Amino acid sequence: MAFKSRARVLDAEDISRIVRRISHEILERNKGSGDMTLVGVRTRGVFLARRLASTIEEIEGGLVEVGELDVSFYRDDIATRDSAAAVGVTQIDFDINDKQVIIVDDVLFTGRTTRAAMDALMDFGRPRSVQLAVLVDRGHRELPIRADYVGKNLPTAGDEKVKLSLVETDGVDMVEIGEEE
Amino acid sequence: MPGASGHKHLLSISELDCEEIYKLLDSARSFAEVSNRPVKKVPALRGRTIVNLFLEPSTRTRMSFEVAAKRLSADVMNFATSDSSLSKGESLKDTGKTIVAMGVDAVVIRCKSAGAPHLLTEWVDCSVINAGDGMHEHPTQALLDLFTMRERLGGLEGLNVAIVGDIDHSRVARSNIHALGKVGANVMLVAPRSLLPERVEEMGARVTGSLDEALNWCDVLYLLRIQMERVNQSRFPSLREYTLQYGLTQTRWNRLKRKPLVMHPGPMNRGVEIASGVADEVESVITGQVSAGVAVRMAVLYDVLGGSRG
Repeated sequence: MAFKSRARVLDAEDISRIVRRISHEILERNKGSGDMTLVGVRTRGVFLARRLASTIEEIEGGLVEVGELDVSFYRDDIATRDSAAAVGVTQIDFDINDKQVIIVDDVLFTGRTTRAAMDALMDFGRPRSVQLAVLVDRGHRELPIRADYVGKNLPTAGDEKVKLSLVETDGVDMVEIGEEE
Repeated sequence: MPGASGHKHLLSISELDCEEIYKLLDSARSFAEVSNRPVKKVPALRGRTIVNLFLEPSTRTRMSFEVAAKRLSADVMNFATSDSSLSKGESLKDTGKTIVAMGVDAVVIRCKSAGAPHLLTEWVDCSVINAGDGMHEHPTQALLDLFTMRERLGGLEGLNVAIVGDIDHSRVARSNIHALGKVGANVMLVAPRSLLPERVEEMGARVTGSLDEALNWCDVLYLLRIQMERVNQSRFPSLREYTLQYGLTQTRWNRLKRKPLVMHPGPMNRGVEIASGVADEVESVITGQVSAGVAVRMAVLYDVLGGSRG
């Protein structure tokens, strides 16, 4: 199945502005970066989390820690998928107890990945609060989950595909909408 | 029930290709991380039931599989018997069928008869994982050895690995020779002729009778356990004789300018294949192999059971 792009929804500049805006929103809501940490959901969420962290550091000074979360072991569709997915490494080298943890993901869709990410996170400790930041919210939630910070709300049909590309993984920053064929 | 590698069972290394071996080693790296967490458990195989069917004595392999399954949240049942009179043909079939009737998803089997895991797959419809069958194969041991070499030395291709000891009776050696060959490592077998299998040349490895030659060549020195029960089978004259010629003695070790990575599948016979002092020095690698065993077995269980049923 190849992705066929119909329209480019966000370009590199849009994404960079979104990262900057969300960084400010995160700081405003948490009243500074004191006990805040970011945890990116593999793969692209990790790179977005790193960008947010360095922007927050630029604005506020100080150091924002970034963790990486692989949610493969926590998914609810292991029994129904055709094959076991390749799994990445989870890396949270800091204490999350009593921290404000912000989960960062690229596209929010059914909410199942976020559910798995929260379960995974709880195995590392008891954060004071958990918030969710996503670059794109495309709707069609199947669980009662809502993002605290949204880059762009993108109404889609269920069979449409949203494709996010980042410089770190794909060589270019953009979000496209299209179909799988 | 195909996993990422497309396999329902893991019976031997021979059935895996190079890419599949690397996939398992990569995912074992992620599973190793789970064992370092404060909460050493993930829900990946919640609701799956795994039976450890150990028809031959084993401590570390059985415990390793049990820990691996439990860290993945699977339910584990242990069926262990050292009763070798349990006849293989009919009763293995009956035992297998009984176990599967309980609604089991995978059987991990260790037994004295080569090929029994393979036979079992014809009688039961769950996954079967070979945890050592007679003198045939011990695939998860080879995978954990490769994992250890890769983590310690950075890569496998072009690595020179010398395997020393009773190659003929060793399923560990057999699985390692296959696996190392597939990932492009060079293998040298070091043993007296009487401990080498017939037609050893066809296994694609160099053969030597000189441990010193191997020591000058190898990056990894893999010592096999001398199985004491075989000493009297006139395969070699005496333990002392063996140690002098094929043992990693303190003198040999001290003489080496470039020390290889020393590995051993355990349990070690100190003073036979390895001098006690040397064993202490290289202990961290050998206990590292044990930790790697848990990670690799988690990867194998997840791969075999992680896909959809049916």
